[in-house]
Amino acid sequence: MIQFELVSPEKKLMSEGVIMAVIPGTEGDFGVLSGHMPLIANVRTGVVEIYRENMTQVSERVFISGGFADVSVEQCTLLAEQAINVNDIDKADVDTQIAKIETNIQSATSDIDIKSFHKKLDILRAMAQSVA
Amino acid sequence: MPSLKDYRDRIASVKSTKKITSAMKMVAASKLKRAQDKAEKAQPYADAMSKVMARVAAGVQIGAGSHKLLAGTGDDQTHLLLVVTSDRGLCGGFNGNLLRQTKIMIDELSGLGKAIKIVTVGRKGYDFLKREHKDLIVKSFMDIGRTKSGVEFTEVAAVADYILGMFDENEFDVCSVLGNEFRSVLSQVPTASQLIPFTFREETIDNMEDNAEEASNETPYDFEPEEEEILNELLPKNISVQIFRILLDSAAGEQAARMTAMDSATRNAGDKIKDLTLQYNRARQAYITKELIEIISGAEAV
Repeated sequence: MIQFELVSPEKKLMSEGVIMAVIPGTEGDFGVLSGHMPLIANVRTGVVEIYRENMTQVSERVFISGGFADVSVEQCTLLAEQAINVNDIDKADVDTQIAKIETNIQSATSDIDIKSFHKKLDILRAMAQSVA
Repeated sequence: MPSLKDYRDRIASVKSTKKITSAMKMVAASKLKRAQDKAEKAQPYADAMSKVMARVAAGVQIGAGSHKLLAGTGDDQTHLLLVVTSDRGLCGGFNGNLLRQTKIMIDELSGLGKAIKIVTVGRKGYDFLKREHKDLIVKSFMDIGRTKSGVEFTEVAAVADYILGMFDENEFDVCSVLGNEFRSVLSQVPTASQLIPFTFREETIDNMEDNAEEASNETPYDFEPEEEEILNELLPKNISVQIFRILLDSAAGEQAARMTAMDSATRNAGDKIKDLTLQYNRARQAYITKELIEIISGAEAV
């Protein structure tokens, strides 16, 4: 068992012992088990898979919008700006949000706005993909 | 000389004011509780962030080649001020004190010949600054934290994104935030802190020292990708976390200031009612005495 913590800027979302967590690192997915060597890694937008009971069955899939993982021998802290359980993602809602931002981009004038819209869009698209 | 009716009307009006202020005090108290809870819940992320930051930064040489957010642009000609105030008033000197400080800072910087740009958060700051410095305000954010759940991180991320976007476009060299720091319910202190280029906060430096101690008897950390690349990702995220912390502090401070202001307003209204009631009773007694004298002297005359 390894202590797995998922922390968002607003609150601690998860803090529990798990068998394994598979984290989407920028350099490739990696599994974290108890006794993992200390590691700090960048995490890309994607899905974290949590194995609670055994090594074969995924107990929970959580979508995160990228962040950082701080892994030590007995603990894994995952920092993510946005995190949502894949089961809680409302595909229709995400699609309407994507459509809304796409129309907003059309009317946006400043580069700064356009950049931030694109950033949001990338996250939403990845979110939609994780459900499919 | 006011008539009895004038007194009665004034007492009634002060009483209804008192009711309003005491209700506002109660609402502010419950909102304060919520805002404080929120600030507390945000702590683990900030702590973890500062820990990771310290670990990564320990292995990086900070120099001219570092990320711009850390090394700066090499200039300090253009200053961006992020001024965080509340959207609503009736919270004592909360906004006034901060804006006074802001004005001093603007005068100082322009005295040194620096160019200034302003981004405001909160309606009060915008309304005040637009009177004298309308040309300096590049963007104003309002209604942040108006939802029931208070300040949301996504709202803050929009502010941070805007500022980072400006920085990418080389629109400023140094960015400072002016916000009220929540010390206690009775004290909120206007504080200016530098956001860009990034300076390590004391706790991060403490963490770094702790790590150095730990490092000697611990397996060394592995970084994936390289430290510098992680740092490049961390720095912009860290900006939003810092702004988030300042906004949460300001939101809690606003409610605390309002609670204190409304508490003293309620007390003042109570005193005023007491005074007016005394005057009213005196006037009433004088009136009764006058009538009695009239009746008696009338009877004597017969």
